[in-house]
Amino acid sequence: MLLLRCPNCGIEAEETELTPGGEAHLKREGPGSDEVSFESYLFTRQNPRGVHFERWRHAQGCGKWFHAARDTVTMEVLGTYSAQVTEPPAEIRAEIERRRG
Amino acid sequence: MSRRLPRGGRLIDRDTPVTFTFNGRELGGHAGDTLASALLAADQVLLGRSFKYHRPRGLVASGSEEPNALLGIGQGAASEPNQRATTTPLQPGMTAVSQNHWPSLEWDVGRVNDAARHFFPAGFYYKTFIHPRPFWKHVFEPVIRRAAGLGTAPTGPDPDSYEHFHAFCDVLVVGGGVAGLQAALTAGRTGSRVLLIEQRGHWGGRAPVDGVNIDGADAADWVNATVQALEGMENVTIRTGVMAAGVYDHGYVIASEESLPEGGPRHRLWKIRAGHIVTATGAIERPLAFAGNDIPGVMLASAARDYLADYGVAVGDRVVVVTNNDDAYRTALALTEAGIEVPAIVDLRESGAGALGEAARAAGLTIFQGTGVHAVKGNARVAKIQLCRQDGDGAVTAELPCDAVAMSGGWSPVVHLWSHCGGKLTWDDAQAMFRPDAGRPPLGADGRAMVTVAGAANGELSTAAVLADATRAGAGAAGGEPGTAPGADDPAEAPIAPVWLSPANAPYALRSKAWLDYQNDVKVTDVELAAREGYESVEHTKRYTTLGMATDQGKLSNINGLATLSRALEKPIPEVGTTTFRPPYTPISFGAIAGEARGETFQPLRRTPIHGWHEANGADWEPVGHWRRPYCFPKAGESKHDAVAREINATRNGVGLLDASTLGKILVKGPDAGRFMDMLYTNLMSSLKPGKCRYGLMCSENGFLIDDGVVARLDDDTFLVHTTTGGADRIHAHMEEWLQTEWWDWQVYTVNITEAFAQVAVVGPKARAVLETLGGMDVSADTLPFMTFADGELAGIPARVFRISFSGELSYEVAVPASRGREFWDAALAAGAAHGITPYGTEALHVMRAEKGFIMIGDETDGTVIPQDLGLDWAISKKKDDYIGKRAQARSHMTDPTRWKLVGLETLDGSVLEDGALAVADGRNANGQGNTQGRVTSTYRSPTLGRGIAMGLVLNGPDRMGEVLDFTTLAGGTVKAKIVSPVFYDPEGEKQNV
Repeated sequence: MLLLRCPNCGIEAEETELTPGGEAHLKREGPGSDEVSFESYLFTRQNPRGVHFERWRHAQGCGKWFHAARDTVTMEVLGTYSAQVTEPPAEIRAEIERRRG
Repeated sequence: MSRRLPRGGRLIDRDTPVTFTFNGRELGGHAGDTLASALLAADQVLLGRSFKYHRPRGLVASGSEEPNALLGIGQGAASEPNQRATTTPLQPGMTAVSQNHWPSLEWDVGRVNDAARHFFPAGFYYKTFIHPRPFWKHVFEPVIRRAAGLGTAPTGPDPDSYEHFHAFCDVLVVGGGVAGLQAALTAGRTGSRVLLIEQRGHWGGRAPVDGVNIDGADAADWVNATVQALEGMENVTIRTGVMAAGVYDHGYVIASEESLPEGGPRHRLWKIRAGHIVTATGAIERPLAFAGNDIPGVMLASAARDYLADYGVAVGDRVVVVTNNDDAYRTALALTEAGIEVPAIVDLRESGAGALGEAARAAGLTIFQGTGVHAVKGNARVAKIQLCRQDGDGAVTAELPCDAVAMSGGWSPVVHLWSHCGGKLTWDDAQAMFRPDAGRPPLGADGRAMVTVAGAANGELSTAAVLADATRAGAGAAGGEPGTAPGADDPAEAPIAPVWLSPANAPYALRSKAWLDYQNDVKVTDVELAAREGYESVEHTKRYTTLGMATDQGKLSNINGLATLSRALEKPIPEVGTTTFRPPYTPISFGAIAGEARGETFQPLRRTPIHGWHEANGADWEPVGHWRRPYCFPKAGESKHDAVAREINATRNGVGLLDASTLGKILVKGPDAGRFMDMLYTNLMSSLKPGKCRYGLMCSENGFLIDDGVVARLDDDTFLVHTTTGGADRIHAHMEEWLQTEWWDWQVYTVNITEAFAQVAVVGPKARAVLETLGGMDVSADTLPFMTFADGELAGIPARVFRISFSGELSYEVAVPASRGREFWDAALAAGAAHGITPYGTEALHVMRAEKGFIMIGDETDGTVIPQDLGLDWAISKKKDDYIGKRAQARSHMTDPTRWKLVGLETLDGSVLEDGALAVADGRNANGQGNTQGRVTSTYRSPTLGRGIAMGLVLNGPDRMGEVLDFTTLAGGTVKAKIVSPVFYDPEGEKQNV
């Protein structure tokens, strides 16, 4: 059962407090988008073996969404960060670089 | 015979006798006994029957690895099947019964399976019961089900309680042998919060039994001193009787505690979050594969030693020891010292043992080196052992009468907890064992190892090495300095011989009587057959032969089984690999898993402020989410069906009262609230004027309808959103997701205020008269027209009154502060008494909305329905550039003209269609099933119309008005129904707008 630090309230949250939200940093495709882009936005996901950027909501806690960088094989958490960004911030990328080389 | 010796037994209290029964026979034991030791002391060697061949089975082990001695304990609803006698503490008055036999343990008809076992090879079921096909369901399965299974589950409700217990620590040490104690001591000295748990009822593990010395003292003394030291440390908690069942991600551990005092919970499930885990879980001795190794009286050498040292029980009068390593010599020496005859030590190794061998010779024991076992003979009990050359093909060289055989095939570290979360193993050729590979540990959230293994579990088999390893592990786990490890004197041991079969070239006749898995009856020849038939993967062989799939999960059989597979495949053991270790380590009870979550505490119950009135007035409850809502209010002698009809008629002709407090209420506020509402709803909400209400639809980004309800605009930047009862939390979460993760720059707040208000619908032609009697607000049609709301006071209670209708009648929904909900309800009842005001429940609500053709989320929608399917195009804005779901609704499948669409349905005979009935079409589909062209989504008997009415989704439905379709019935027939408008009652809407 995972432990993720909620960057909004600072709590080291148990997985049972959290709701998963799937892959992070999807770009919304609205009316006017072509079929392929829209299908990709709705359904196509990375599902990597390794570091995954993903969305979580501290549903049974502060209620806020956040992002996590987590290794899907080892369960290692390389950082959690704000939901209000469109890509992983520099410090998260640096941490991944530091640990993964 | 097996018997209690006059002296010895470090765990029993000879002054406290305990009586119990086994299969109805009264027996005696002592406090401190396990059920197994007490049965053995009473010479009860035969304890059960194996699963497949019903062969007689006795004790093999003394701990949780025991595969055979599974008994039913207790009586009635509190009884528990399949309890291991070896880990069940003896209790006064305990009743135990053996399992898997008929008519009796001693005389079992299932034994014919054994005589015919050559006809029941590995994969027998898969091969035999496949033809003819219909036989499986009607002949084979019923017979197999009756014959299968071990114990009998109780049928009554469980009378006991169970609890969950949460614990947190920096270092969790699992296992209270010398390794665990030393690791906990070392970790405790750093000041870390340490929790040490041991599955058995006592500390020290095998060390006191094996008679080792630690720092010059008896192991037992060292154990006592260490336990005392740990008890004196404030930062350390130590508990016996707690079994760690599984290790999960990020240091989460589940443990089970089953031996609890009377009066409290029966079992306790521990949920432990540990910073680091040290597993000091020891090792389990392996059986040896030789013919007749399953006859009662053949057991592990360590178990024979345990019964002697711990309980003062001799497993027999003449005990032959068979071994491929030095450790079993300890058993021979201990038995001899206790005055029990050991006719011989049969050592499979040509070169024999080290220092312990010399001690055995000094004690006058006979040792046969390079000698194997041709067969153990006996009927339901060992009678003799026949010896042969180990490197030969089994020609008998000697025969020894005996009544027990103590065997040792070496030791396997208990690596389960290490492996649960991905810790990898490495094959240790010298010790013939899989041991943890410290370089490939399971990782924690921080990317570092979260489990360290200590002692025998780590493959360290000498006491000195165990203590050094545990010191290192405890310090590492706590991040401290190890200090000096205690010393121990270990006799010099000769290496183990990796022998997996005796004799080495045993012919088929012997191999087919050499058991690997005792409980599931898997023999050496079964694994060989699986290999021949192409089951080369150990995981496939396991499932094909059922090796390791019994309740002991292969604790004794796995390594011997894969070594046998390795030999059959002519591949080295590490290439064959192990099967996956999965929790729990030993079975834990369903009661413990459920914990407190049963009956009233299964889940929270949400009550409206008016719940108490409903309860006092005979509400027939319907669960809706976590709420209970009245389905109807039957009067004495009235059926539910009649009550619903009465409630509807009273409402349509006079006035009804509905507790609508459960409806979701979410406040959406801020400068960008209008913009946000336009994205949430398919229709335009930003144009709604303050004081007005509008019905709206919400879709997912997939385009599917997820909720509906009435929106009221409170002021320029505030909307009050009403959701369905079940949708309140979900829709609030939906709003927050979009606001926090997509439009985070929009200035909008949302808050779920569902429980802040009681909401009461006053419904029917006399509704206005009731509100006027309550007094305090102008509720006239001019001041408060349809689809508006006003704030004010009714009967002195602050109220927000909405002119909205879900029934088609003149209707007011009155929201008052939750604390005054009951007061308002009572006032409305009093004010309406003159008009015969009638409280109604959810079924009347449903029927009345269906009579009006109003959709219900969850009936007309199922996650695949878009608003356009329901004829709700009028509620979809054409002006807006975007809303959640708009793009999806433009996809080709969504605009397909052949989508099923909403219509009303009327049976020709007035009957009520069945819920979910399908409209049949001509022909058959690719699977041979009849084609369909629609389905019923809502169906009721309408008291207003005096007939059945229904709504459904039908292919091109709206274009086929008047057409008659056939609908299925569960009985297999069909019933004819005509396609009509879904609005059955007051199609012009005159009644609600007065």
